[in-house]
Amino acid sequence: MISDLLHSLPQVLVDGLTLGAVYAVVAIGYTLVYGILELINFAHGEIFMSGAFIGTAVMLMFESAGWLGAMPGWLAYMLIMAAAMLVTGLMGVGIERVAYRPLRSAPKLISLISAIGVSFFLQDLVRFIAELSTGSYLISSSTLYNDNLQLRVSKLGGSLGDAFLKTNTVILIVVAVLLMVGLDLFVKRTKWGIAMRAVAQDRETAALMSINVNKVIALTFFIGSALGGATGVLFAQQYGTVDPFIGYVLGIKAFTAAVLGGIGSIRGAMFGGLFIGMVEMFASANLGVLTSGNFGGEYKDVFAFAILIVVLIFKPEGLFGKAVKEKV
Amino acid sequence: MSLLELKDVHAFYGGIEALKGISLTVNEGEIVTLIGSNGAGKSTTLKSICGQVKVTGAITFDGKNITDQAVHQTAAAGIAHVPEGRRIFPRLTVKENLEMGAFSVKDKDVVSQMMERVFAYFPRLKERLRQLGGTMSGGEQQMLAIGRSLMMQPRILLLDEPSMGLAPILVEQIFEIIRELNREGMTILLVEQNAYQALQIASRGYVIQSGEMIMEDEASVLLESRKVKEAYLA
Repeated sequence: MISDLLHSLPQVLVDGLTLGAVYAVVAIGYTLVYGILELINFAHGEIFMSGAFIGTAVMLMFESAGWLGAMPGWLAYMLIMAAAMLVTGLMGVGIERVAYRPLRSAPKLISLISAIGVSFFLQDLVRFIAELSTGSYLISSSTLYNDNLQLRVSKLGGSLGDAFLKTNTVILIVVAVLLMVGLDLFVKRTKWGIAMRAVAQDRETAALMSINVNKVIALTFFIGSALGGATGVLFAQQYGTVDPFIGYVLGIKAFTAAVLGGIGSIRGAMFGGLFIGMVEMFASANLGVLTSGNFGGEYKDVFAFAILIVVLIFKPEGLFGKAVKEKV
Repeated sequence: MSLLELKDVHAFYGGIEALKGISLTVNEGEIVTLIGSNGAGKSTTLKSICGQVKVTGAITFDGKNITDQAVHQTAAAGIAHVPEGRRIFPRLTVKENLEMGAFSVKDKDVVSQMMERVFAYFPRLKERLRQLGGTMSGGEQQMLAIGRSLMMQPRILLLDEPSMGLAPILVEQIFEIIRELNREGMTILLVEQNAYQALQIASRGYVIQSGEMIMEDEASVLLESRKVKEAYLA
């Protein structure tokens, strides 16, 4: 049994890191918005999905215009990424303006229901547009950097097996890490980043510092949504096919990751995402082996939510959600 | 010339009229104090000025009508409000708190000059630049709150109960700094429950009761007034 686990370990690590990176960046979107508005933006999973669709749509446009062969792959990649980030960023700003700002002084539950409404609306809107223009809501496009690589870990000896991946897998992980590092620096070092934290901590007093609170909130939605959209592109490039419902379960798992790390904490969201991605892939590969075939890999989803329940019972503030003692 | 003027200002909290048509002026270079008991409307007056409370009536600052102006615009116009309870950003460092005070200042050199000036008033803050605001003592937080508001280079400072919850020796220090700021030209509107000390450093004073101004005079006259003595200096 141990040798089976070891054999699949390299592949589990690669896949876990890939999925975990996706969860981590999406989780940041939840945590940013929660930090500033105490609102769980349930539409964020659909922002991720929209990013995947926009990336795929731009890709299909490049294909049909014959530009894809004419420009280098990295340029095409950057262009679809930029398009998706810009559009999803603006979508986030629009959603806040239309669906959340008018309800800001209403009880939190009302905004939550509004968020769920936006989530369904986006699913159906994307499905409608996709079916109208292609006849199907399952959309595939060609993918960039999809050549296969093999990590020959088995040469290290023992019972380790090889891991298979694509060049795009490496790109996904690298880009996700760059996005996270970039965001972390922005929030820690820049004036607007510090203003985001100030507004999250005390909105009234932030306004007294001449900070335009609405502008900061809009900026937060732009950044969180653009990150979600970018991840959607990475995801679409990795798996090739998108549908309007990919954001739903993925969004809930990323939200779980944010809660695990301590909602409101950016580094917590990063850690939570990687952790849940790893656990899920480990379960997917090994559950059958560990339970002698009684439970298959399809039970992997149980783990993310079991972790959520355990965290909520024993450490409701999450792993990194430490509260600073405030003196009166 | 009056820098700040409130004329017949009414403010409502839900259905309750918290200010019933108050008028008040602050001239350039003055310390004016607003005294009164708990719930009389002192804080509401300051909140009306900075736009946190919706009002009717007229509030003018430097000749411009600022009634119901958005809070961040009023701050950018030069009115710094040091709120009751200090309201330090607890999970920002001392340095970041100060930087947020200077949010509307574009020039980075000006920001570092202002920071040096704040350190001259409050040397303690310089030693604690990297400490989180929420972990400081009450006195240090009050210093940070005043320092933070100075960072925006305001034309007037609205101070809401700066002495609240502080040990007597710290209260002395804070009042000394208020006096020093004023000597260097800062106009100050000071709300205090500690009426005796407030009247000692102020040039003029107002007494508010149940949302109405019941007295207005030179601070020295108010200090001697029997009515004030009985109600607020006992």
